[in-house]
Amino acid sequence: MDIKVNVREAPGDCYVVDLSGEIDVYTSPKVKDAIGELIDRGVYHLVINLEKVRYIDSTGLGVLIGGLKRVREHGGSVNLVCTNPQIKKIFDITGLVKIFGIFDNEDSAMKALV
Amino acid sequence: MNQALENAASEVVELRIPARAEWVALARLCAATMANRLRFSIEEIEDVKLAVTEACNAAIQNEPQGEFITLTCEALEGSLRIRVRDDGRPGVRIQRQRMDFEEARIAGLGIFLIRTLMDEVSYDVQPQSGTELLMVKRLAARAE
Repeated sequence: MDIKVNVREAPGDCYVVDLSGEIDVYTSPKVKDAIGELIDRGVYHLVINLEKVRYIDSTGLGVLIGGLKRVREHGGSVNLVCTNPQIKKIFDITGLVKIFGIFDNEDSAMKALV
Repeated sequence: MNQALENAASEVVELRIPARAEWVALARLCAATMANRLRFSIEEIEDVKLAVTEACNAAIQNEPQGEFITLTCEALEGSLRIRVRDDGRPGVRIQRQRMDFEEARIAGLGIFLIRTLMDEVSYDVQPQSGTELLMVKRLAARAE
Protein backbone atom coordinates (compact mmCIF):
# COMPACT_ATOMS: atom_id res chain seq x y z
CA MET A 1 0.00 0.00 0.00
CA ASP A 2 1.42 3.32 -1.02
CA ILE A 3 0.59 6.70 -2.38
CA LYS A 4 2.20 8.22 -5.43
CA VAL A 5 2.41 12.00 -5.59
CA ASN A 6 3.23 13.90 -8.77
CA VAL A 7 3.33 17.68 -8.87
CA ARG A 8 3.21 19.50 -12.20
CA GLU A 9 2.91 23.10 -13.27
CA ALA A 10 -0.15 24.02 -15.26
CA PRO A 11 -1.05 27.08 -17.33
CA GLY A 12 -2.33 30.10 -15.44
CA ASP A 13 -0.11 30.23 -12.37
CA CYS A 14 -1.45 27.05 -10.83
CA TYR A 15 -0.21 23.58 -10.04
CA VAL A 16 -1.75 20.15 -10.32
CA VAL A 17 -1.07 17.50 -7.69
CA ASP A 18 -1.76 14.01 -9.05
CA LEU A 19 -2.38 11.43 -6.36
CA SER A 20 -2.52 7.72 -6.96
CA GLY A 21 -3.16 4.96 -4.43
CA GLU A 22 -4.57 5.05 -0.91
CA ILE A 23 -4.58 8.09 1.38
CA ASP A 24 -4.74 7.05 5.00
CA VAL A 25 -3.07 7.66 8.34
CA TYR A 26 0.16 6.08 7.03
CA THR A 27 0.39 7.75 3.63
CA SER A 28 -1.21 11.14 4.28
CA PRO A 29 1.99 12.77 5.65
CA LYS A 30 3.51 12.38 2.16
CA VAL A 31 0.53 14.20 0.64
CA LYS A 32 0.68 16.85 3.35
CA ASP A 33 4.37 17.46 2.65
CA ALA A 34 3.81 17.81 -1.11
CA ILE A 35 0.96 20.30 -0.69
CA GLY A 36 2.77 22.15 2.10
CA GLU A 37 5.90 22.50 -0.02
CA LEU A 38 3.93 24.11 -2.84
CA ILE A 39 2.23 26.55 -0.49
CA ASP A 40 5.59 27.41 1.12
CA ARG A 41 6.82 28.30 -2.38
CA GLY A 42 3.91 30.69 -2.84
CA VAL A 43 1.61 28.49 -4.92
CA TYR A 44 -1.92 29.26 -3.78
CA HIS A 45 -4.02 27.87 -6.65
CA LEU A 46 -4.09 24.11 -6.71
CA VAL A 47 -5.93 21.33 -8.47
CA ILE A 48 -5.66 18.04 -6.63
CA ASN A 49 -6.43 15.15 -8.91
CA LEU A 50 -7.95 12.21 -7.02
CA GLU A 51 -8.96 10.21 -10.10
CA LYS A 52 -6.48 7.44 -9.31
CA VAL A 53 -7.10 7.45 -5.57
CA ARG A 54 -8.78 4.22 -4.52
CA TYR A 55 -9.32 5.12 -0.90
CA ILE A 56 -9.29 8.08 1.47
CA ASP A 57 -9.92 8.29 5.21
CA SER A 58 -10.38 11.17 7.65
CA THR A 59 -6.66 11.84 7.92
CA GLY A 60 -6.56 12.27 4.13
CA LEU A 61 -9.54 14.60 4.31
CA GLY A 62 -7.74 16.47 7.08
CA VAL A 63 -4.73 17.04 4.83
CA LEU A 64 -6.93 18.45 2.06
CA ILE A 65 -8.80 20.68 4.52
CA GLY A 66 -5.50 21.89 5.98
CA GLY A 67 -4.21 22.74 2.50
CA LEU A 68 -7.40 24.60 1.63
CA LYS A 69 -7.23 26.62 4.84
CA ARG A 70 -3.66 27.64 4.14
CA VAL A 71 -4.23 28.75 0.53
CA ARG A 72 -7.38 30.65 1.47
CA GLU A 73 -5.32 32.75 3.87
CA HIS A 74 -3.57 34.00 0.73
CA GLY A 75 -6.68 34.37 -1.41
CA GLY A 76 -6.08 31.05 -3.13
CA SER A 77 -8.21 28.00 -3.76
CA VAL A 78 -8.12 24.23 -4.10
CA ASN A 79 -10.26 22.32 -6.55
CA LEU A 80 -10.51 18.56 -6.62
CA VAL A 81 -10.93 16.15 -9.50
CA CYS A 82 -12.83 13.12 -8.32
CA THR A 83 -14.69 10.47 -10.28
CA ASN A 84 -14.70 7.58 -7.79
CA PRO A 85 -18.29 7.33 -6.45
CA GLN A 86 -17.16 5.95 -3.08
CA ILE A 87 -14.80 8.86 -2.51
CA LYS A 88 -17.44 11.32 -3.68
CA LYS A 89 -19.78 9.75 -1.13
CA ILE A 90 -17.30 10.50 1.67
CA PHE A 91 -17.09 14.15 0.64
CA ASP A 92 -20.85 14.21 0.47
CA ILE A 93 -21.62 12.72 3.90
CA THR A 94 -18.97 14.85 5.62
CA GLY A 95 -20.35 18.01 3.99
CA LEU A 96 -17.00 18.75 2.35
CA VAL A 97 -18.72 19.10 -1.02
CA LYS A 98 -19.72 22.53 0.26
CA ILE A 99 -16.18 23.75 0.88
CA PHE A 100 -14.27 22.14 -2.00
CA GLY A 101 -14.93 22.58 -5.67
CA ILE A 102 -15.26 18.99 -6.90
CA PHE A 103 -15.09 18.30 -10.62
CA ASP A 104 -15.26 15.33 -12.95
CA ASN A 105 -12.25 16.37 -15.01
CA GLU A 106 -9.11 18.42 -14.75
CA ASP A 107 -10.08 21.03 -17.34
CA SER A 108 -13.20 22.02 -15.44
CA ALA A 109 -11.30 22.09 -12.15
CA MET A 110 -8.64 24.38 -13.63
CA LYS A 111 -11.13 26.74 -15.25
CA ALA A 112 -13.01 27.10 -11.96
CA LEU A 113 -9.97 28.16 -9.93
CA VAL A 114 -10.60 31.62 -8.50
CA MET B 1 -29.28 -18.72 2.03
CA ASN B 2 -26.78 -20.65 -0.08
CA GLN B 3 -24.10 -22.99 1.33
CA ALA B 4 -21.22 -20.50 1.05
CA LEU B 5 -23.19 -17.87 2.92
CA GLU B 6 -24.25 -20.41 5.57
CA ASN B 7 -20.61 -21.39 6.12
CA ALA B 8 -19.54 -17.76 6.38
CA ALA B 9 -22.26 -17.01 8.91
CA SER B 10 -20.50 -18.78 11.75
CA GLU B 11 -16.93 -17.67 11.32
CA VAL B 12 -14.83 -15.47 13.54
CA VAL B 13 -11.54 -13.96 12.47
CA GLU B 14 -9.24 -12.22 14.90
CA LEU B 15 -6.27 -10.09 13.93
CA ARG B 16 -3.76 -8.49 16.30
CA ILE B 17 -1.63 -5.70 14.86
CA PRO B 18 0.87 -3.25 16.31
CA ALA B 19 -0.87 0.05 17.06
CA ARG B 20 0.98 1.84 14.31
CA ALA B 21 -0.17 3.55 11.11
CA GLU B 22 1.53 1.12 8.72
CA TRP B 23 -0.62 -1.78 9.95
CA VAL B 24 -4.05 -0.19 9.52
CA ALA B 25 -4.29 -1.30 5.86
CA LEU B 26 -4.05 -4.93 6.97
CA ALA B 27 -6.96 -4.44 9.40
CA ARG B 28 -9.22 -3.00 6.69
CA LEU B 29 -8.22 -5.76 4.27
CA CYS B 30 -9.20 -8.36 6.85
CA ALA B 31 -12.59 -6.73 7.46
CA ALA B 32 -13.18 -6.34 3.70
CA THR B 33 -12.48 -10.04 3.16
CA MET B 34 -15.05 -10.99 5.78
CA ALA B 35 -17.61 -8.59 4.31
CA ASN B 36 -16.97 -10.03 0.87
CA ARG B 37 -17.56 -13.59 2.16
CA LEU B 38 -20.92 -12.41 3.48
CA ARG B 39 -21.78 -11.10 0.00
CA PHE B 40 -21.90 -7.46 0.97
CA SER B 41 -22.08 -5.11 -2.00
CA ILE B 42 -18.97 -3.22 -3.13
CA GLU B 43 -20.36 -0.06 -1.53
CA GLU B 44 -21.03 -1.84 1.77
CA ILE B 45 -17.54 -3.35 1.75
CA GLU B 46 -16.08 0.13 1.25
CA ASP B 47 -18.17 1.38 4.18
CA VAL B 48 -16.81 -1.40 6.40
CA LYS B 49 -13.24 -0.72 5.29
CA LEU B 50 -13.54 2.97 6.14
CA ALA B 51 -15.20 2.32 9.50
CA VAL B 52 -12.47 -0.15 10.52
CA THR B 53 -9.78 2.27 9.37
CA GLU B 54 -11.30 5.10 11.40
CA ALA B 55 -11.59 2.87 14.47
CA CYS B 56 -7.92 1.90 14.15
CA ASN B 57 -6.96 5.55 13.59
CA ALA B 58 -8.74 6.45 16.81
CA ALA B 59 -6.91 3.69 18.67
CA ILE B 60 -3.57 4.94 17.32
CA GLN B 61 -4.16 8.65 17.79
CA ASN B 62 -6.07 8.81 21.06
CA GLU B 63 -4.49 8.93 24.46
CA PRO B 64 -3.54 6.75 26.15
CA GLN B 65 -2.12 4.86 23.20
CA GLY B 66 -1.59 1.13 23.51
CA GLU B 67 0.85 -1.26 21.89
CA PHE B 68 -1.61 -3.41 19.98
CA ILE B 69 -4.98 -3.28 18.29
CA THR B 70 -7.13 -6.39 18.13
CA LEU B 71 -9.70 -6.64 15.37
CA THR B 72 -12.39 -9.27 15.69
CA CYS B 73 -14.74 -9.86 12.77
CA GLU B 74 -17.71 -12.08 13.48
CA ALA B 75 -19.96 -13.19 10.66
CA LEU B 76 -23.55 -13.42 11.85
CA GLU B 77 -26.60 -14.26 9.84
CA GLY B 78 -27.12 -11.23 7.65
CA SER B 79 -24.63 -9.02 9.43
CA LEU B 80 -20.99 -8.48 10.26
CA ARG B 81 -20.04 -7.63 13.84
CA ILE B 82 -16.66 -5.97 14.27
CA ARG B 83 -14.77 -5.23 17.47
CA VAL B 84 -11.74 -2.96 17.48
CA ARG B 85 -10.01 -3.17 20.83
CA ASP B 86 -6.91 -1.34 21.98
CA ASP B 87 -4.87 -1.86 25.11
CA GLY B 88 -4.37 1.83 25.72
CA ARG B 89 -4.05 2.21 29.45
CA PRO B 90 -1.64 4.18 31.64
CA GLY B 91 0.73 1.21 32.05
CA VAL B 92 1.42 0.80 28.33
CA ARG B 93 1.35 4.43 27.41
CA ILE B 94 3.63 5.31 24.53
CA GLN B 95 5.12 8.76 24.32
CA ARG B 96 3.45 10.88 21.68
CA GLN B 97 2.62 14.52 21.29
CA ARG B 98 -0.76 15.70 22.45
CA MET B 99 -3.29 16.22 19.67
CA ASP B 100 -3.68 19.80 18.58
CA PHE B 101 -7.09 21.31 17.87
CA GLU B 102 -7.01 20.48 14.17
CA GLU B 103 -6.09 16.83 14.81
CA ALA B 104 -8.87 16.55 17.36
CA ARG B 105 -11.35 17.93 14.82
CA ILE B 106 -10.27 15.35 12.24
CA ALA B 107 -10.56 12.59 14.85
CA GLY B 108 -14.13 13.76 15.39
CA LEU B 109 -14.71 13.42 11.65
CA GLY B 110 -13.57 9.80 11.89
CA ILE B 111 -16.09 9.01 14.60
CA PHE B 112 -18.80 10.75 12.59
CA LEU B 113 -17.94 8.57 9.58
CA ILE B 114 -18.14 5.38 11.66
CA ARG B 115 -21.55 6.36 13.00
CA THR B 116 -22.81 7.25 9.53
CA LEU B 117 -21.53 4.18 7.70
CA MET B 118 -22.33 1.45 10.23
CA ASP B 119 -25.74 0.33 11.49
CA GLU B 120 -24.82 -0.03 15.17
CA VAL B 121 -21.94 1.54 17.06
CA SER B 122 -21.07 1.37 20.75
CA TYR B 123 -18.05 1.95 22.95
CA ASP B 124 -16.72 0.33 26.05
CA VAL B 125 -14.00 2.39 27.69
CA GLN B 126 -12.11 0.62 30.47
CA PRO B 127 -9.41 2.84 31.98
CA GLN B 128 -7.46 -0.21 33.11
CA SER B 129 -7.69 -2.35 29.99
CA GLY B 130 -8.30 -0.07 27.01
CA THR B 131 -11.17 0.84 24.72
CA GLU B 132 -13.38 -1.41 22.63
CA LEU B 133 -15.44 -0.14 19.73
CA LEU B 134 -18.21 -2.48 18.64
CA MET B 135 -19.91 -1.93 15.31
CA VAL B 136 -22.34 -3.88 13.20
CA LYS B 137 -23.03 -3.67 9.49
CA ARG B 138 -26.17 -5.37 8.28
CA LEU B 139 -26.50 -6.92 4.86
CA ALA B 140 -29.04 -4.90 2.93
CA ALA B 141 -32.01 -6.89 1.67
CA ARG B 142 -31.68 -7.63 -2.02
CA ALA B 143 -34.03 -8.99 -4.61
CA GLU B 144 -33.04 -12.55 -5.64
